[in-house]
Amino acid sequence: MAYKHSEDDLPTALKILIAGGFGVGKTTMVASLSEVDPLRTEEVITAESVGIDDLSGVEGKSTTTVALDFGRITLAGNLILYLFGTPGQDRFWFVWDELATGALGAVVLADTRRLADSFPSVDFFEKRGMPFLVAVNCFDGAKRYRPEDIRVALDLDDDVRVMLTDARDRQSAKEVLIAFVEDLIRRARQGGDE
Amino acid sequence: MAEQDDDAAGPLVRPYAMTHGRTRASADFDLITLVVAARAARTDEGWEPEHLAILERARHPVSVAELAAAVNLPAGVVRVLLDDLRARGALIVRMPAARTARPDLDLLKAVAHGLQAL
Ligand SMILES: Nc1nc2c(ncn2[C@@H]2O[C@H](COP(=O)(O)OP(=O)(O)O)[C@@H](O)[C@H]2O)c(=O)[nH]1
Ligand SMILES: [Mg+2]
Repeated sequence: MAYKHSEDDLPTALKILIAGGFGVGKTTMVASLSEVDPLRTEEVITAESVGIDDLSGVEGKSTTTVALDFGRITLAGNLILYLFGTPGQDRFWFVWDELATGALGAVVLADTRRLADSFPSVDFFEKRGMPFLVAVNCFDGAKRYRPEDIRVALDLDDDVRVMLTDARDRQSAKEVLIAFVEDLIRRARQGGDE
Repeated sequence: MAEQDDDAAGPLVRPYAMTHGRTRASADFDLITLVVAARAARTDEGWEPEHLAILERARHPVSVAELAAAVNLPAGVVRVLLDDLRARGALIVRMPAARTARPDLDLLKAVAHGLQAL
């Protein structure tokens, strides 16, 4: 029995990564934005993909898994935007590479109490030449900084936007995504100067 | 607080039993590649239960990542199974927009408008 589907009916899928150190609010932000409860999928890591040494803790095993949180936003125009929280920054770069492939870019979350935790994410996207913005997740009790101070502390290029956000608040998280996509539009316009 | 550790790396039990040891599916299947069933499975095709579970979940367009979460299998295993289904004409596959080319201006504008309308 054939179904009435064709490739053209399928929506267009896009993804944006939500990166940053452990506990910075990645899963919280995905949950605030996603129309479904955040989903979890596992990627298998083989020894060859991370280098044998990195799996030395799992004796006799050639594979291990890493969990990825993600959410989905259905948009008008037959578009689906997927948001993926990135896994830990100290290993699993192989998974980051895979996640980054085909992504529009990334939101790097930062916590002013542990700003250094965001360095590896910033490095990763800078090295890849991938667009990103930095969203400072304003935890209760954390000292407030101006975006400019964060820019200096993270040594960000001028074209990297810095915003303050509350990852728990849907509206605030939405504003971050919209600002990011508007930056992408601006870049596409500049890059496409014919 | 039952915060789950994202970095938890547990050994994988029963890695690739249902894929008969195959680990490399076509690189076409990104986590956000969308698929939809082209037809129902036939009983004489020798599918594994996991193939059938995937095909059932793909009655409506769904991403590789969502399928993996739904059938509770690693994404790599799901890719191999999807490859099987596609090879036998049971599955339609749509590559993600940005995989091949940089997203164009119209697409980005549509995303911005879509987000604003939420
Ligand atoms: N006060 C406050 N707590 C937050 C905020 N964002 C996340 N949290 C909490 O911080 C903890 C870690 O967040 P989580 O999203 O799991 O971090 P992840 O490791 O980056 O995915 C959770 O207990 C959240 O409820 C925020 O903006 N403000
Ligand atoms: Mg998390």
